[in-house]
Amino acid sequence: MIVAGIEPQAEMVHWWFATGILILGLLFLAETIVGKEVWGLRPWRRYLWPGTLFLLGVLMWPVMALYTNSMIHMVAHGSWAQVLMLSGAAELGVVRGKLHSQYWRLTLAAAMLVSGTAFLVHEQNGWYFARAAFLHHALGWTLILASVFPLVQAFRPRSVLAASGFAMMFFVIAVLLYCDRDSAAILGHFSAFAGVPHR
Amino acid sequence: MSADIAHRLHGEREKERIATRSARVRTILALGPVTVLAGIAWALVQPWRLTLLHPTAQGFWWLIAEPPIYVVLVGVLFRLFLAPGIVEDLEGAER
Repeated sequence: MIVAGIEPQAEMVHWWFATGILILGLLFLAETIVGKEVWGLRPWRRYLWPGTLFLLGVLMWPVMALYTNSMIHMVAHGSWAQVLMLSGAAELGVVRGKLHSQYWRLTLAAAMLVSGTAFLVHEQNGWYFARAAFLHHALGWTLILASVFPLVQAFRPRSVLAASGFAMMFFVIAVLLYCDRDSAAILGHFSAFAGVPHR
Repeated sequence: MSADIAHRLHGEREKERIATRSARVRTILALGPVTVLAGIAWALVQPWRLTLLHPTAQGFWWLIAEPPIYVVLVGVLFRLFLAPGIVEDLEGAER
């Protein structure tokens, strides 16, 4: 629901979140390349990605309040907001030294599982209904499958493969979100019920 | 030591330092430019995603929403504000 035509389109909000996810991807990748020790040499740098994750969770609340037009849509966005804030807060607690267990990384795996499931559950159209539907399915399955990376990290914190896979997943998510249009064809498919297509 | 010789020595050391930079340092320095290139490539492939190129009759939000420019900006900000500090710390740790 766009109020009085003054709110940005939903697709624009997806692009802004894609930018946040792209920033997260670069931060994760840089941390993976240099290692946790070097990354943590400047204390403020340790707070960068957990803070960004938490901020994305906070920003998801206005999206939930202003952009959802059904109960299941609202529940999906609300659950994203909660799990993003939970995983961001848990990682902030770890870098601050208030939390000590390596298993707090499991909150990230849980966040991805919940987010992926929410994507799949609240998309009620098939893959080829329109681009947005395709992307919801693709995002959901990407998040669910990639949740294995933080899961591995919780048990093997120094696994470079898990850290690299985790970082690369954010680039995939960013690309998928940047591809979103409110109504557009996907691979030549576009339902007659999906509105007027954009490029 | 004359200023000329000192300057030359400094230049040679700088060249040596750059030549011996580790793959990790180079990768960190490349992350920003690669992101910028990705944004530019996207703008070239899909110029209609940049409403600034055809701004007539576009509303405020459509003029703000320029995804390829967001990608370029992220790359520039990473290169300017994050990469130098990371590289400095990495080179310090590698020495």
